Amino acid sequence: MKARIHVTLKNGVLDPQGKAIEHTLGSLGFDGVNEARQGKFIELDIAETDEAKARETVTAMCEKLLANTVIENYSIDLEQ
Amino acid sequence: MSEITPEIVAEHGINEEEYALVLEIMGREPNLLELGIFSVMWSEHCSYKSSKKWLKTLPTEGPQVIMGPGENAGVIDIGDGNAAIFKMESHNHPSFIEPYQGAATGVGGILRDVFTMGARPIANVNALRFGEPDHPKTRHLVSGVVAGVGGYGNCVGVPTVAGEVEFDPSYNGNILVNAMTVGLAKADRIFTAQASGVGNPVVYVGSKTGRDGIHGATMASAEFDDDSDEKRPTVQVGDPFTEKLLIEACLELMQTDAIVAIQDMGAAGLTSSSFEMASSGDMGVELNLDQVPQREEGMTPYEMMLSESQERMLIILKPGKEDLARSIMDKWDLDFAVIGKLTDSKRMVLKFHGDVVGDLPIKPLAHHSPEYDRPWVPTPDSDDVLASDIQEAADTTQALKTLMSSPNMSSRRWVWEQYDHMVMGDTIQRPGGDAGVVRVHGTDRALAVTSDCTPRYCKANPVRGGAQAVAETYRNITAVGATPLAITDNMNFGNPERPEIMGQFVGCIEGMRDACLALDYPVVSGNVSLYNETNGKGILPTPVIGGVGLIKNSDKTATVTFGSEGESLVLIGDSIGHVGMSIYLDVIEGRREGNAPVVDLAAERKNGDFVRSQIEGGFVESCHDLSDGGLAAAVADMAIASNMGVEVIKPAEVETPTTAWLFGEDQGRYLISIGDAESLLEAAEEAGVSAAIVGRTGGNDLTLPGGSTISVAELRACNEAWMPNYMAG
Amino acid sequence: MKAAVIVFPGSNCDRDIQVALRQSMGSEPQMVWHKDADFDDVDLICLPGGFSYGDYLRCGAMSAKSPVMKEVVARANKGVPVLGICNGFQILTECGLVPGALMRNSNLKFVCRDLHLKVERNDTVFTKQYQAGQNIRIPVAHHDGNYFVDAEGLKALEDNGQVAFRYSAEDGSVNDHSNPNGSLNNIAGVYNAKGNVLGMMPHPERLCEDVLGGTDGRPMFDSLVAALS
Repeated sequence: MKARIHVTLKNGVLDPQGKAIEHTLGSLGFDGVNEARQGKFIELDIAETDEAKARETVTAMCEKLLANTVIENYSIDLEQ
Repeated sequence: MSEITPEIVAEHGINEEEYALVLEIMGREPNLLELGIFSVMWSEHCSYKSSKKWLKTLPTEGPQVIMGPGENAGVIDIGDGNAAIFKMESHNHPSFIEPYQGAATGVGGILRDVFTMGARPIANVNALRFGEPDHPKTRHLVSGVVAGVGGYGNCVGVPTVAGEVEFDPSYNGNILVNAMTVGLAKADRIFTAQASGVGNPVVYVGSKTGRDGIHGATMASAEFDDDSDEKRPTVQVGDPFTEKLLIEACLELMQTDAIVAIQDMGAAGLTSSSFEMASSGDMGVELNLDQVPQREEGMTPYEMMLSESQERMLIILKPGKEDLARSIMDKWDLDFAVIGKLTDSKRMVLKFHGDVVGDLPIKPLAHHSPEYDRPWVPTPDSDDVLASDIQEAADTTQALKTLMSSPNMSSRRWVWEQYDHMVMGDTIQRPGGDAGVVRVHGTDRALAVTSDCTPRYCKANPVRGGAQAVAETYRNITAVGATPLAITDNMNFGNPERPEIMGQFVGCIEGMRDACLALDYPVVSGNVSLYNETNGKGILPTPVIGGVGLIKNSDKTATVTFGSEGESLVLIGDSIGHVGMSIYLDVIEGRREGNAPVVDLAAERKNGDFVRSQIEGGFVESCHDLSDGGLAAAVADMAIASNMGVEVIKPAEVETPTTAWLFGEDQGRYLISIGDAESLLEAAEEAGVSAAIVGRTGGNDLTLPGGSTISVAELRACNEAWMPNYMAG
Repeated sequence: MKAAVIVFPGSNCDRDIQVALRQSMGSEPQMVWHKDADFDDVDLICLPGGFSYGDYLRCGAMSAKSPVMKEVVARANKGVPVLGICNGFQILTECGLVPGALMRNSNLKFVCRDLHLKVERNDTVFTKQYQAGQNIRIPVAHHDGNYFVDAEGLKALEDNGQVAFRYSAEDGSVNDHSNPNGSLNNIAGVYNAKGNVLGMMPHPERLCEDVLGGTDGRPMFDSLVAALS
């Protein structure tokens, strides 16, 4: 099973990299970008086939290592 | 195996004549793998086929030289049983295509060249050249290259202590990224690539092999065209974390007696490293490519032999030492694999899936690579611009302000603050002075390191320019109180198949040779980067010199910072006001004209020896060498560094027009600040060295003859503003 | 005093802090490889700067999960002083020994230069030989030193006196201009609630000798030696 994890900065945490992207897009002439936020994308190929169990395991992975919950949120997509 | 067509041969950068030699050496048609191996081994990058004839004429010996060119890096004796190992190498083409990774892997590659010889890297230097600031690509390239240099060097934990950044339109399509590493080793524990011992295991350590950089070595030897951006997939990606582990693991393994020979896998990866080791030991080698640690599935022998994946080393172990070596690599979480053995066949035999897939003779391939005596024409002499040919500046101080705010004279603080220049805890002179100075860990000694070149001089007069580049590094090193010991050279030129470019190369070598001989300052390592041109337009000839000097007592050095108010400024060396090809003429009058300044090598040496003796004696408060922008720029640098004012006074007996006296770029000169100038002047007279008092420190303002007064704070603000403002733009 | 320096793969200021400790202690600190969780009892544990695990994923994230850190956390909770510098500070936040997180510098660039720090208090084992309110010059060298903690956490830090150092100007003023990386309230270093764990981005070990350009870092190591011997 594939687990796709998006890690993003929490709302309210300043994202200097996102700001830089926003600024550069503007200077390239792409108007109308209200905000850019940068995050991480992590793809895992896992042996577990039961979706509920997989979600539980991947959630634990996020909590323990993949995200720093002081500043980051995460979301998990599973695909058989 | 596929049939070798003329098109395939051409795609491998091998011309008809060279292919005939391939057929002769092989005694049959090569297969694709073998052709690929010839292609990388005979690329300009690996074979020096256009430059060898001239490089041989450089002086490479001296009592301080332990190993000269031909090894991975040069080795010099620095006393106390220690040796300094250093080299500079270019990563120009990859950095243009992908600036961050190109620059990062350039740093990684030169670090490996140095630690493969048993040295712990202790200092990095970077000489960077970019196109004109207004060119649409320049900002992006500067940003990426600086981040890449920092990203790699900072992570491996080697301080970047010196370097240069220059802008010129000739580099618009061909930037130069020249990285130098200096390492420290025990003089009796130097490791080489010389293989020996039939049956000894050939071991692969480091990262796994992927498809990166296939044909990187051939790419580095080809001219660019407008499609060059499409070559992106061949650029390697660096992993400084693995490099750091590799440094520690190799140095740990070197503490044992397990190693016969060791070689990093640089350009042309497994091919060049295995050929170089076997060739220098006159051995044969058999590799089983199935054993090569691979990052991707389905890799072919061709891809494995030509891959330029980074952070890999090839080692010949003594028999029975495999377990010891494996345990050290395991400790550092690095791949370890026995991939072959030495033989007495003097051939390279490559096996894959049980079949022999390549079988080539080693010596002919490594040593009979083509060597060209390319036609060349000397660079015609330029008319000079005399001191009397320029207008007197209306306000010399305002001219200085303009100069110090210009792209090539402005402060590089924005750059070097992105490099960790203090890690390892031995940096005693940080970037921004004449040379970086790092202590020899645990001793009172220190090494001074610098890089320099003035390409506009080399263009106007390659012979003078070549000598000047060497002399300026000599001066940089002397100005901090060190004795210059040896240099590494990084020869960056255009297409050598054009006689005028080859003429620049030949001229620069001649000037460098003269200077090295006169200054007892031999070349111990180097690198050549040719074909730096786009659509037929070559770069300025750029023979970058990296110099290393020794300070015996790290308490006895000089910086560019004045000691206190009321010191006399003493100018050492003769000033005739040479304004040809000067920065002043270029920036203020918009004329890049004239001839390069003459370097009087006897005076260079005499003045250098004198200045050094004064610093070693502890007599001088500060010292700075004079270069771009002449006396006025040197005074400005010192005032800014000291945060102290200074008044420059032109001695009454000087007949040179004031503007030329202030901004002329005569060579062999230094500026010293000292409390008691009289004894210095007496000592100078005794030594036959020209010396004159030209000013006094104090206050908060800088004043020049023929000029108004400016506060040092304002001058600093102008000097430090250009680079960050430009990069923010 | 007995001190241990934990060496992670990718640590690169381990030797620097070893030298600084040796100078103040007059004896050798113990260098502990990260796989060796069973190291001797010591009076001080140091987590050095560098790029442990290449700063991959997040600075300090992988090291914080290593076996040796479990032991460090256990000993810190028993009161053993722990000093984390630069990457060591990042590891301390990742394993929760000090609050907050260190994010990418606000200008996105690596920064290496001397700057000034205001010493907030001098009643800890780390700072007894400084004056409270003293302005000292110490270098930084980092890409991710932008200190963040949520509003509640920040208030708690300030209320409990857990801020160790703030980035200041040469004249001692603390403002946006003297902030090199965007850290909240110019925070350069923080203590845990008990005050026995200090995490800081600046490198005191880099300025402990005149020949290196200054000695403002030395009182920290002298303080530790005086307090723990």
